[in-house]
Amino acid sequence: MNGYFHSVVLSEDSCKGCTHCIKRCPTEAIRVRDRKASISGERCIDCGECIRVCPYHAQKAVTDDLEDIKKYKYRIALVPPAVHGQFDTGIGLGKILKAVEMLGFDEAYDISPYCDIASAIIQKYYLEEEKITRPAIYSDCPVIIRLIQLRYPDLLENVIPLVSPMEIAARLIKTDTVSKKNFKREDVGVFYLTPCPARVTSVRVLIGLSFAYTDGLISIRKIFGSLSKNLGELQSLEKVEGYEFSGRGLKWGIIGGQSQSIVSKNYLAVDGIENVINVFEELELGKLKNMDFVEAYACTGGCVGGPLLVENAFVAKTRVKHLADTTHSPKLIGKEKVKEFIEAGLFTWTEEIKPKKMVSLDPNIGKAIQKMEKVEEILKKLPGIDCGSCGAPTCRALAEDIVNGRAREVDCVFRLREKINEIDRG
Amino acid sequence: MSTGDMVKLNYSVNIEDFAKAGDISSNTKKVLKKLGIPSDITRRAAIVTYEAEMNIIIHSSGGEIIVNIDTAKIEIIARDYGPGIPDIDRAMQKGYSTASDHVRELGFGAGMGLPNMKRCSDGFLIESQKGKGTTVTSTIHIHN
Ligand SMILES: Nc1ncnc2c1ncn2[C@@H]1O[C@H](COP(=O)(O)OP(=O)(O)OP(=O)(O)O)[C@@H](O)[C@H]1O
Ligand code: SF4
Ligand code: SF4
Ligand SMILES: [Mg+2]
Repeated sequence: MNGYFHSVVLSEDSCKGCTHCIKRCPTEAIRVRDRKASISGERCIDCGECIRVCPYHAQKAVTDDLEDIKKYKYRIALVPPAVHGQFDTGIGLGKILKAVEMLGFDEAYDISPYCDIASAIIQKYYLEEEKITRPAIYSDCPVIIRLIQLRYPDLLENVIPLVSPMEIAARLIKTDTVSKKNFKREDVGVFYLTPCPARVTSVRVLIGLSFAYTDGLISIRKIFGSLSKNLGELQSLEKVEGYEFSGRGLKWGIIGGQSQSIVSKNYLAVDGIENVINVFEELELGKLKNMDFVEAYACTGGCVGGPLLVENAFVAKTRVKHLADTTHSPKLIGKEKVKEFIEAGLFTWTEEIKPKKMVSLDPNIGKAIQKMEKVEEILKKLPGIDCGSCGAPTCRALAEDIVNGRAREVDCVFRLREKINEIDRG
Repeated sequence: MSTGDMVKLNYSVNIEDFAKAGDISSNTKKVLKKLGIPSDITRRAAIVTYEAEMNIIIHSSGGEIIVNIDTAKIEIIARDYGPGIPDIDRAMQKGYSTASDHVRELGFGAGMGLPNMKRCSDGFLIESQKGKGTTVTSTIHIHN
């Protein structure tokens, strides 16, 4: 596996070279050359902004198919709150889990009780016992961890090294199933219904872990039709019981829910990748020191705004909030249990997260300085209006590409016209 | 070792221009990252430029910030045209501030700017003349 696996990929056939995506990408990872977009694996953080904005649906997410679950003898589905946001709140949570099982799973589990485990560990260990540099950052969103690794490596010491509720659930449920039902480990497949490509990347290119218990991820958008159909068949049923939920845990699907469930007084909850970047800029300057906890999600509204969902993010947010408020929340696990989990190392990162170097002009600082001087020279000749028709997001980005031999000055339509005029006159 | 090549950034700073506050620092940071300067050094340079920018905006009648980068060091020169700092030793004390209530309401005026700048610098010098202005020079070595 190369280090640059990404679940956001481009389908060349559908790409019209329109340049919509290049400006939206927060890490300037996309270039359009020869009328086709391409994504730089080094820079992409899998936020999915390009998937959202592409009018031709050329940017795609690599996810698993329902076919893939057949590789396992016993199939388990993990259902995050974002799924519930796709359906009318009157349906009832139990029916949705049942409808998921009808897709071919032996069992479906709601993620919310496992969010509670994360809440307890964060609150009772990392915050109360002061085990982490303040303000503590915990992100259930893999995009945020990548962003920190790439652009704000100094903030890594503030990041709580706890796996996501998805992995907590996968670990507990898989281990339990293997022992109770007498299966071999490789017979049990755990599949997460994902609102985004970033989570797919998170189990393929592991951060902080050497092994993931989650075996596959299935796009919620892809199964939405079948789920709706199954729900239709369940319509006549009164109520479906037998699943566990937590109102507190359901809140994790929307921005602010995490902070509220760990009862942090001074918290900051930020959603939307650009807003997150702004907050991290401030944190890096040493500001916001009085904050205890920072919660950050790449998508607007939290995971209910994920790029692989169907329902409008704001509608989904209102629904999940309503469900969270009307669903019972069991008591959080106590300090002793938290300690037990921590000591067993069950849910903490085992690998150190190394900063990733931002892509610089040159690996050698001296050469990078020389190149920067050239960039400034070239910039003087470019119009400076960041029109994007050259295929780079800004004039500066084009100048940098030229210096590194990845583009030519005449890729700029204004420069090209000037050159043609020169020839005409000459 | 310096090869003679140098990147020079030049920004002018207007008084009371809070809307652009932080732009110089974030722009400088972008350049340093593009040059592959290690992140801890970049962060220190960002803090120095940010505090310098804020001091010019809040306490002076306008000025400029120049950032010179070569392979050995980053030099940040923050120069303004008045009113000058009457007692530099005092201004350097943690918690000392003459910021107005209006500025404090905006979240500045903890009296930590200059001490923070010094803490982040390898070399630090303030020159000030009453009525003429202040020049703060910070040097940060690049070791890697
Ligand atoms: N460029 C300047 N011109 C005139 N006076 C200055 C200048 N920079 C700082 N001072 C004086 O020095 C004092 C201390 O500056 P310092 O940056 O440490 O704190 P502050 O700006 O008041 O508050 P903070 O930086 O924490 O927001 C200021 O209150 C001001 O009186
Ligand atoms: S997923 Fe995000 S970071 Fe990756 S190319 Fe698309 S917009 Fe850029
Ligand atoms: S906010 Fe949630 S849905 Fe969006 S990228 Fe992050 S984890 Fe995925
Ligand atoms: Mg100050």
